[in-house]
Amino acid sequence: MAESKDFVAGVDSNAKKSPRRIVFITRRTSAQVKVESENLVQTFPEGLFRSAVAIQLLAIALVWIALIFNAPLEGVADPSHTPNPAKAPWYFLGLQEMLHYFPPMVAGVLVPGLVVMALIVIPYFRVNIEADGLFLKDRQRRQRIFYVVAIALSLFLLFFKVYAALVPTLIMAGVMLLAAQSSPQSPSAFRRYLAAKPLSYWVMTWFLFELVVLTAIGTFFRGPGWSWVWPWQGS
Amino acid sequence: MAKTLDQHFDELRGTRVWRSIFRSGTGSSTLKRALAIQQNVFLHLFSTKVRTRMLSFSATWYLGTLTLGTFLILVATGIPLMLYYHPSAPQAYSDTKDLQFVISSGMFLRNLHRWSAHAMVFLVFAHMFKVFYRGAYRTPREFNWVIGVLLLLITLLLSYTGYLLPWDQLAYWAITVGSNIASAVPVMGNKIHFLLLGGNAVNANALLRFYVLHCMILPLTAMFFVAIHFWRIRKDGGLYSHASEPATVRANSSTIVVTAKEGQ
Repeated sequence: MAESKDFVAGVDSNAKKSPRRIVFITRRTSAQVKVESENLVQTFPEGLFRSAVAIQLLAIALVWIALIFNAPLEGVADPSHTPNPAKAPWYFLGLQEMLHYFPPMVAGVLVPGLVVMALIVIPYFRVNIEADGLFLKDRQRRQRIFYVVAIALSLFLLFFKVYAALVPTLIMAGVMLLAAQSSPQSPSAFRRYLAAKPLSYWVMTWFLFELVVLTAIGTFFRGPGWSWVWPWQGS
Repeated sequence: MAKTLDQHFDELRGTRVWRSIFRSGTGSSTLKRALAIQQNVFLHLFSTKVRTRMLSFSATWYLGTLTLGTFLILVATGIPLMLYYHPSAPQAYSDTKDLQFVISSGMFLRNLHRWSAHAMVFLVFAHMFKVFYRGAYRTPREFNWVIGVLLLLITLLLSYTGYLLPWDQLAYWAITVGSNIASAVPVMGNKIHFLLLGGNAVNANALLRFYVLHCMILPLTAMFFVAIHFWRIRKDGGLYSHASEPATVRANSSTIVVTAKEGQ
């Protein structure tokens, strides 16, 4: 005899209508539970040993660097004598480069504040959880939005003559354009790779690109009066 | 027959004194190895087992481990540096000069501290981007990501406060440039600037404040959050590995739902 089942199966995603869910099975996935039993090893000694080796190799490298290169030390601090240019530590030179173009309120407070906020909220937004390629669904509409955003951002940077940030933006936009024209069935592995990348990947990569370029420019390409100098031009 | 080193070590681990110090006993059984982690106040932050795949270099590049490594080096070199340093102007500068030219290995100590600090800033950034590109911030690891962002900010502040301490031109003007940004904050700007420096410009008060922040407040805060950061790795299911995670929850319109009948 068939015992009555203690569950009902249905197609529904409304949590208010059917709040007592036992299991979700998303479309295109099999109902069979596939928990892969991964190989595990003991943290002691396997994990700890490897970590110790990694830290020791790092220590050896740093000791070598410390033996060869001396930390800089200039004359005693003198408030009456301003060096030109006065530079912040290297990890803030991206910000200092921004200060060259925008008022301190924008480049020094608003932009870093927004960056920190954006970093903190990353895991709480579905756009960062979705793993589908940006242009795979709804291609027409998303391409239009992309054009509008990319052109608006480029014009904004052009208007304020922020060429240092404009060039990486244009390069990223070019790569994204290629991604929009790529499909997951493309014979080229590179274009399959591009097609599979979600929005969060593009935003973060653009940010990383800008961060590296602006920091490098601030570190190596800025001389007296924050003018452009080539690294080989000696100050 | 002569005993091997291992046997000597096992013997040592079996002595009453050793057993009184370390709660886990001798032996290399899986249980004993698990206990070695679980029964240790520091190591119990970690899980007793780790996915084999996550130990490969390509999985993490060991960036988190290496960041911890730089932090340990910075503590180990920072404490001896404190012995030779007075946080007062202009004494701080001559102390730094003495480190360079008078104190044995003072130059090496200072070099190692400074390059490790740069390495730590770089590694923290690298760690963050690696975690992002692996998608390791996803549920249930959201909050550990947030703690990671806090640790990034603490690292930047640690490095920034340390930058002033040699009291040379480089330090003075870098901090002047940086702290002027605080003045740009609307309404509160000048107050924050004054609070940070203990004056309207970088002076002896600022040096003392940065010293206290650099040697006490920020390292303790960092350790506090690092402990939570490590502990959350275990609590959130170990080092992230994509294949063992549930399939990404997609915003699908049709989802098959199995619902319990009423009264069951």
